[in-house]
Parts: sequence; C-alpha cells; structure tokens
Amino acid sequence: MEEILKRIKEKFPSVILEIQEKDYPTVICKRRGFLEFMKYLKDEEGFKYLIDLAGVDYLNYPQKNFEERFEVVYHLYNLDNRVLLRIKVRVPEADNWQYSVTSLWETANWFERECYDMFGINFKGHPNLKRILMPDDWEGHPLRKDYPLYLEEEQEWTKYKEFIQKIKTS
Amino acid sequence: MESVIGKLIYTVIVAVIILVIALLHVAYLTYAERKIIARMQQRLGPNRVGPRGLLQPIADMLKLLTKEDLTPYGVDKPIFYIAPFISLVCAGTGVALIPLWEKLVLSNINVGLLFILALSSLASYGVILSGWGSNSRYAFLGGLRASAQVISYEIAMSLALLSVVLMAGSLNLMDIVKAQINSPYKIYLIPQIIAFYVFIISAVAECNRVPFDLPEAETELVAGYFVEYSAMRFAIFYLAEYFGMVIMSALAVTCFLGGWVGPFEVPYIPFFWFLLKLYILLFIYIWVRATLPRYRYDQLMGLGWKVLIPVALINLFLTAFLKLIF
Amino acid sequence: MATYLEINKKQTKEDTWEEPFYLNMGPQHPSTHGVLRLYLELEGETIVNCTPIIGYLHRGVEKLGENLNYNQTIVLSDRLDYIASAANNTAFALAFEKLMNLEVPRRAKLLRTIVCEMARICNHLLWLATHALDIGAMTVFLYCFRDREWLLNIYEKICGARLTHSYVRVGGVRQDFTKEIIDELYKFTEEFPPRIYDYETLIDVNRIWLKRTKGIAVVPAEQAINLGLTGPVLRGSGVPYDVRKFRPYDAYGEVEFIVPTGKNGDTYDRYRVRMEELRQSNRIIRQCLDKLSETEGEPVLAENAPDLLIPERIKEPKPQPVPKKGVIFRGIDKPVVPPGEAFASIESPKGELAVYVVSDGSNKPWRLRVRTPSFVHISAIPHMAKNHMIADLIAIIGTLDIVLGDSDR
Repeated sequence: MEEILKRIKEKFPSVILEIQEKDYPTVICKRRGFLEFMKYLKDEEGFKYLIDLAGVDYLNYPQKNFEERFEVVYHLYNLDNRVLLRIKVRVPEADNWQYSVTSLWETANWFERECYDMFGINFKGHPNLKRILMPDDWEGHPLRKDYPLYLEEEQEWTKYKEFIQKIKTS
Repeated sequence: MESVIGKLIYTVIVAVIILVIALLHVAYLTYAERKIIARMQQRLGPNRVGPRGLLQPIADMLKLLTKEDLTPYGVDKPIFYIAPFISLVCAGTGVALIPLWEKLVLSNINVGLLFILALSSLASYGVILSGWGSNSRYAFLGGLRASAQVISYEIAMSLALLSVVLMAGSLNLMDIVKAQINSPYKIYLIPQIIAFYVFIISAVAECNRVPFDLPEAETELVAGYFVEYSAMRFAIFYLAEYFGMVIMSALAVTCFLGGWVGPFEVPYIPFFWFLLKLYILLFIYIWVRATLPRYRYDQLMGLGWKVLIPVALINLFLTAFLKLIF
Repeated sequence: MATYLEINKKQTKEDTWEEPFYLNMGPQHPSTHGVLRLYLELEGETIVNCTPIIGYLHRGVEKLGENLNYNQTIVLSDRLDYIASAANNTAFALAFEKLMNLEVPRRAKLLRTIVCEMARICNHLLWLATHALDIGAMTVFLYCFRDREWLLNIYEKICGARLTHSYVRVGGVRQDFTKEIIDELYKFTEEFPPRIYDYETLIDVNRIWLKRTKGIAVVPAEQAINLGLTGPVLRGSGVPYDVRKFRPYDAYGEVEFIVPTGKNGDTYDRYRVRMEELRQSNRIIRQCLDKLSETEGEPVLAENAPDLLIPERIKEPKPQPVPKKGVIFRGIDKPVVPPGEAFASIESPKGELAVYVVSDGSNKPWRLRVRTPSFVHISAIPHMAKNHMIADLIAIIGTLDIVLGDSDR
C-alpha cells in the first residue's frame, strides 16, 4: 500500500494536493491533470473497479479548511492486491464542472448523472448528462445544503401542475 | 314433410343439449384447472363459493357479465367486435362432429376430420383480428406471435392425423372409430404412437397453452392479444381457449384412443369410456401447465418446423409403406 | 412533460419504411419487479436499444438522512432493499461504528451474521420464485414462498417485524436471541438442504429452462468489472470477488464457507451460483449457531454505543477545582460524534452495498451516501440486452435481481 502511495506521489506531484490516512488512504487532487492520473491508476496500478462516485456539499461545514464548495469522491478498488483508495477532487461553486471518467469505467455513467441531478456538477465528456432520479424538467438540485427538505405547497413541481392545467383547459 | 320437420326439431333439441353440456364442461374445466394446479402447488384452490367451491365458474360468469365493457380509443370497431365471436364459433362448432357413442353423433358428415381441421384454421383469424383491432402494441405483438404459432403447428397436427386417416381409410370420424374397433390393435395408439405424441404437442400449441403460451404470457406481454378486451368479450376469448382444449382432446380420443370403446360395457351410460379418456387427456393438459416453464418464441417455432414436421412426415411415409406391404 | 414530448418527436421521421418499433414496458408491468420503465426499440422481436428510466420510487433517503440521528437512519435503511433489510442495517451500522470507533462485542457479531445470512436466504428464495415465474414455471414460486414464510416467522420472533427489521443497531443488535429462536433455527438448517434439492429437480435439468437461460446475456469478466457489477452477477462471470472474503466484517472471518463462481457468465451460471449460495448460507448459520453457545450471557450492545436519542450537543464538564476565582466557565462544545468520514461496504444478497458517511461533529450525518447494487445493475441492462429478444429481457431482469427501492433510494 505504501509503495503505491509513494509511486503516485512521485509521478504526479502537481496533481496531488495531499495524502491523508483515514480508514482508507485518501488522496486529494486538483482538477487539472485529473484524467491522466485516473488513467494511470486504472491501467498501470490496476484499479479496475470503481466502487462509488459521490458528491458532497460543504456549505457551512464547521471544520472546513478549503474554499471550494463541492467535492467529488471516488472509491477505487484493486481486485488483485485488495487495495481500496479514496480520491477526492474539490470543485468550486462558480465554475462547477469536473472531468468525466465514463471512458475509463462504464459504471461512472449513471453515478455522474446522479451527481449532476443532485448537486448540479457538470461532467465534461459525459455522453448523456440528464437527470436520472428526479423528473426531467425539475428545477433545482435537491441534495445541496440550501435546498429545503420540504418544499412549500406552491413550489412543488410547478411544471407538472402547469401541464395538468393545460390538459384540463384544452 | 312431417319427417323433415320432426328430424329438424329433434336435431335442434339434441344440438342444444350437447351445447349446454359442452359449455358446462368448459366452465367446470376452468374450475378443475384452478383446483388441480393449486393442489400441485401445495395450496387449496377456490373453496369459498358453494360447497368446496363448486359454484366458482358461475360466480366468475356473473362477475364478467356485470363488468363494464370498455372499448379503447382508436380501435377498428367492426374488427374489434367480431374477433371474439370468430374464435368462439370456430372452437365450438367442432362439438357437433365428435361421436359421443355408437348411436349419437350430431352430424355425421363424410369429411368430418377435414372440417375440424378447417375450423381450427379459421380460429386463427380470431387471433389475428383481435391483435390488429386493439389499438395497442402489446396486442399487436401477441397477435403476430399467436398467428404464426397456430399456423405452423397446424401443419404438424394435420400430418399426424393423416397417418390415422391412412390406416382407417376414411375421413369420417364415425368410420375411424369403427375401423379402430375392427383392427387387431383395438386403438390406434399402439401403431401410431409417434403420431400421437406429435398430435398432443401440436394440440397444446394450438390452444396457446403452456409451454407454448408466449402469445398470452402474463408476465411478458400482459395477456397478449386479448389485453384490451374486458367483461364478456374477455369471457368469450377465455371460453374459446378452453373449448379448443376440449375439442382437441376429444379429437385425440376419437382418432387415437378408440372413441367410446372400453374393456367392459357400463350399463345405462354409453358415453362413460369417452368421457373418462377425455378427462384423462384434460388432466394431462393441466398437469403440463403446472410443471413446465415457457418456451421462447423462436425456440417454439424451431420446435414446430424443425422437429415436429419432419417426424410427422417420416411417420406418414412409414405408415404408407407398411400399409402397402401388408 | 419533457419525456412525453421527446417520444413524440422521435416517432415522426420522413422515411416511414425504416421506422423502428418502440415499445414501452411501462412502470406498471407484472415482471419488472417494481416501477422500472424500459423504453425498447425493437426490430421484429430483437431489441436494438433499451433505455431504462428510473426515479419512480425516489424517496430522498440521502437527503432525509441528513436530518435524522445516526440511530434513526437505521430505520431509513430498512426501506432501501426491502427484501433483505438486515443487510442494509448492517451496512449503515458498520459505517457509523467506523466513524465513532466503536468495538462490537463478539456475541453481537455472531447474531448479526446469522441475521444477515437469513436475509440472504430470504432474498435468494424470492429471486428464484420471481425468476421462475417470469420464465413460466409457476410451481417453483409457491414452493419458495412456503420456505420464506418459515424464515419470516422466525424473524418475527427475533425482532417483531417480518419485513423491515431494524434489528441491527449502531454498536450491536437490539436484543438477544431466546432459546426458542435458536432451536427453531437449528431445525431450519436441518430441513432446508433437501428443499433446495426439491427446487432443483423441478428446473435444473429441464430442457426448456436450459434453453431459456443458457447463453443468454453473457457478460465476460473484464466487461463485468468495468460495468461495476457485483455479487452473484459478477461471480457468475468467473470473478471470485466477495466482500465477505476480501474485506471481512462481523463474524465472517471465523466461519468457513466457499464462494461459488461460474464459468461462462450467462444466466444459467448465475442461477447456479445463487443456488449454491443458498447452501453456503445454511452452512454459515449452522456454524454461527454452534459458536453462539460459547458466548452465553455476553452483552449484545457495545457499552459506549450511542442512545437512540443522541444528544445534540455535549458540553465539557466544569473542571474541578475551579481554576481561578472570578472566571465564568461556559463549557466547550464537544463533538458528539468525531468529525471525519467513513466508508464501509458489505456483501448484500444483491451485490456490494457501500455506505460513505461524512460527519461534522453533531448528532446527524453531514452527508450520507449509499451505493446500492441495483442502481448499477439497472445501468448495465442496455449492454446485456443488445440483440436479445423481449422474452430474454425478462430473463435478464430476473437474473440481475433488481429491486427498485434499492436503486431509486
């Protein structure tokens, strides 16, 4: 495990910001040069299995020590050496986009769609970035911290209500 | 003149009696199926309505009579309305030709077997028209599949029956049974066992029953070609299917199992042996439904064309050859 | 709405001879196991393209989890994969215990393993019942439900609920097994293997079953890992990845069991993998029951396990003796749960269920992310269903073992 961490620290000094040791080794990287880093991890180090791809919203997080709002977390697994690696990329709110890893792992397709649906993070290079869990014409991104838990009665799914009205009157 | 009217009235009364008995048979066949399948699956069947659930078919009929008759939007009305009736009439007319015992066959025409085969060909019209007439993709797919399946398995069925005709020498159903009695084997099952198997498999496929019930599979096509029918029209399709089962079984009894003969004479009930053999074959239909999974559509067509038709053809040639020699 | 308009636009092409046939296996369908919508492009009977559309059962579990206690989210987790809810509870409990650095007593680990394996048997029985029913064999359905009833009755004795258990808590389990439950479980483990044999005689060597399942939806091992398939689906393709062996949790390090793997990666192999898993689960329950007698009388909940109502904030107590006269000590807010993050994954009966939780020191999670196997499996349907027929599509949905509550959360 330590050799892998040493090797990636040597090869990608500009991409990696820091390596933390929590329950699983965590690598925090920058967005620039991210795709090459992932390609290296998949092809050379053998992390063929992407367990999870999640987004986290850090608005008003009390122990926050960085300035970007969102974070995209990847969990990679190496089936031969049984090594689990966690990779985090910080995405600012102003230009919230991130590279898509769909060309490397096919599972990322739907994970990234869900991340876009829930947080609004655009993924560059994704073949079909549409909403997946919410209806297609929903406004707002539900899992953000400034989205309320319950919507008021008037705000609920306005487009659907307009559609029903249109059908009734026509 | 007198005798003509007398004969006419006699025929009509006998026809009505036979029709009522056949309808009762069909209705209680649905009840028997539910009970037998339930017992095979370690549960009880319907047992609430009437003693031991015996009034269940009547309750079903009443329920279906009082349901709302929906006509979906955009259907082709004449086709939609007439399709169930075609199925029922073509299935039900065959009752008139089956010889029930030595002295009772409602219409003893010389081409009886051919008539029944022609009726089953006509029944496929009912399927096609209902699939096309309902303005629905599921029904369309189901109708396509069902019509192709029915047409292919008819060929296998006809070839199997042709061997019987070769041995008996006539298309008249009464003569076929009499020829069986006079032949040394007593029933045509023994020399024509291959034809019997081909006929039974084709009969199951003709009636769209498991394992060939893909056109009306509940879990895939949600009842296939009669998905848009409700209330009495659905009841008519349902009855037509079970009528088909009864007719095919009766045909098998007549052609292969000897009709009304049995090892000993039962006094006062001349149709005892006929009904017994009929019930055994119907039980086999139901047994197969409880046990086997369903064929995929292309495997089904493969079975019909690549396996059953060559086997029936070979059987036909063998029978002709052997008949020439002996 | 937007989807409705889109469909209409696609259908009006100029060249009407070459229009593909669109069929919508809608949210209500007897065999899509929930509200899954599949939009098929057919050519005759062959599927050219298949688009799954999910979201009809989205209840917002991840958003709700940010507003509930750690112990209250266990109840939410029941409703994810509602067929084997003990597995979901275990995943959540493991992640929270990692976060809070709790040590679970040994007896609780054994009890958790037993409950998880019972859930696995329940799930595989339901899978077999619905898979066989979809392919047409009705009798297997009722035989499997007969055994499932037995297990659900045992569950009712253990925790009072048949379907949504919430038995596994953060730090252990809710309450101990009584002697009656242990006896009944012994009886179950003895009588179950002949019943598995019963199911197999009905369909294992049946020609029709073999024709319907052999060679359908073959997924080679490399593509399976790339698509993210896990659980019996991946093992049917030959990859022996099982979280119970690769990253052992609970009592799986102590018991012996084999992980069945298939060869070809088609539907028949996955069927055989799951049938073999039924037997192995039975074996694990047996071994855990034997080990339970060694740990009689031990606690089943960790000592510093959080209460059901975790307090919102804890203040550090006033230091004795008072440091200086005239100083008002207000107390410092101590974090109720150490801030940080944790990731835990288990082998749920359907695949790999992983939970990633971020905490900010209060009694509610900051972000609760659940990675469910059904979500990933549904995304793999288009790849598996290319050039198959509609009847095969039903078999494919059956073999992937999806539950919509799991995928939509």
